[in-house]
Amino acid sequence: MNFFGGFKVTFAKLFEDRVTSQYPSVKRPKPERFHGRHVLGRYEDGMERCIGCELCAGVCPARCIYVRGADNPPDSPVAPGERYGYVYEINYLRCIHCDLCVEACPTEAITESKLFEFSFTSRDDAVYTKDELLVGDDGQPQRLAWEDWRPGDDQHTSGWMRATSPSGSAAWEGRAAWSAELGYGVRAPELGQSAEAAPDPEEPSGHDAAKHP
Amino acid sequence: MNVFALDPAYIGGFGLDEALILIVKVIAAFAMLMVAVMLMIWFERKLIGDMQNRIGPALAGPWGILQTLADGVKLFFKEDLIPAQSDRFVFKLAPYLSLVPAVIVFAVVPVGGNFTTGDGTVSWWGNATYLQVADPHIGILLVLAMSSMAVYGVMLAGWSSGSKYPLLGSVRASAQMVSYEAALGLSLAAVLLSAGSLSTHDIVAGQGGYDWNLWVTGIVPFAVFFIAATAELNRPPFDMVEAEQELVGGFHTEYSSIRFALFFLAEFMNVITMSAIIVTLFLGGPDGPILTEGAAWLWGTVWFLLKLMVFLFIFVWLRATLPRMRYDQLMDMGWKVLIPLSLGWLLFLGALSIGRDRGWPDAAVIAVSVAALAAGGLLLRAAVRAGQAERQATEAAAAGQPAQGGVRP
Repeated sequence: MNFFGGFKVTFAKLFEDRVTSQYPSVKRPKPERFHGRHVLGRYEDGMERCIGCELCAGVCPARCIYVRGADNPPDSPVAPGERYGYVYEINYLRCIHCDLCVEACPTEAITESKLFEFSFTSRDDAVYTKDELLVGDDGQPQRLAWEDWRPGDDQHTSGWMRATSPSGSAAWEGRAAWSAELGYGVRAPELGQSAEAAPDPEEPSGHDAAKHP
Repeated sequence: MNVFALDPAYIGGFGLDEALILIVKVIAAFAMLMVAVMLMIWFERKLIGDMQNRIGPALAGPWGILQTLADGVKLFFKEDLIPAQSDRFVFKLAPYLSLVPAVIVFAVVPVGGNFTTGDGTVSWWGNATYLQVADPHIGILLVLAMSSMAVYGVMLAGWSSGSKYPLLGSVRASAQMVSYEAALGLSLAAVLLSAGSLSTHDIVAGQGGYDWNLWVTGIVPFAVFFIAATAELNRPPFDMVEAEQELVGGFHTEYSSIRFALFFLAEFMNVITMSAIIVTLFLGGPDGPILTEGAAWLWGTVWFLLKLMVFLFIFVWLRATLPRMRYDQLMDMGWKVLIPLSLGWLLFLGALSIGRDRGWPDAAVIAVSVAALAAGGLLLRAAVRAGQAERQATEAAAAGQPAQGGVRP
């Protein structure tokens, strides 16, 4: 019979550390691959990455993404290639932050930030338009007035760069297989997965710059 | 005999001095009780948080100590709802029926005084008096009467709400509190046997110099009283009355605003007064070492408060540790364990006391008593078994033969 064992347990808890963190004033660091609100990226030359292909809208299980593509104006193209995302809207009352849109995107245009603390006073406010999602001229995500950005929250806005083995091949571990972004250049792979990566005999050169120091 | 009972201050007339002393006592006791309740609610929430690796209230005042005050203010300004189906008069009356007994009980608790080397009187402005609001001759009976009155508060609250869950909660409450009242009274009788008086002051004075009833009457009455008191208070693990998972909020489901606050207040006030009664009855009240010659009465208050704190801690500890009992387990424990146990122990103590009066040898008395009680216990058990067997037979007959796994139309 261990009837009194329970009393010992609760009494011992008195002297243990508390698990509570004082949330609004003290925030715990978020995980590296946290799924927050989306960011639309740009290439290093300032061109938008989105080509308006609607693959993200197609794959979205919550149907929260609305995309309409349009032909690039020939004299001042918005995105490289024929088409660009003319309308891009995400409804955050529906989004489940599954990141399937990020995986579906062929141009690494849509990625997720670590931001999850934002609230709205009306349903219309919950629909983020392209103006709000697109990174600024410096390549940084826009810090909207109703969002609570903390230092470091913008460091992992590119979800694509976190895929350390993009083709599913271990041989690609530690290789940056993604293109450069505005404001960041080519981002290095994550620490920990790249450090142990042995040099690939098939491709002896060309990616050294991307390796994590 | 005057209406203010045995307090020495009132012997020889009731003048301005006596009236002032009485007023000071009443105000002091009431204020102390209110502050104590406030601190108790905070203490419980904080401690139970600590026992669950949480922090508990931490924002209102230093260490969240003003949390109860904040809650009180919030409740005060909430909408006061009276359900359309309710019996309006009884619905309004019930919270007071719950609160008033809780306050009155505290009046008979001696909260200080030197009982170790003195007789517990203190001198205020030249008048010898006790550190308790009143010391009626019927002291402990008043406690029992008031704890019976408190049943009405809970019962009428549930009944007058005009709603299902409160009714179920109050049915449970009245059954539980009436059942455990018996065990409470019987274990208390053992104390009265050794004290020879119903007055709380006399009971405490009789325990002076560490002759505490805890060991004078054996541990059993204390244990039974403590368990029965927990059930009377509707505290976990006996909080069937307000089992959230089953009954929403129990008897106070339909209550809101200040009326709910009164129930809440009464509940925690009862915890404090019941702990104080346990200390008074079994732990010698303010009895304890007098460490300084001056202000000897103050040490009584210190020891009293320390003993009180121990029980308040235990009540919270019980809540943090034990899961709620099932209703039938609760009733079984009350009727089949606690009542026979306390009754048997009372008879045993009575036999021992008579034996000492007559000069019989203790060993023989104990041997005969134990044998008689064991025989009685076996008889009781046989009776319970026989009753069970008969009931099962009747049920089987009533259900017809296909009861085994058969689905009835």
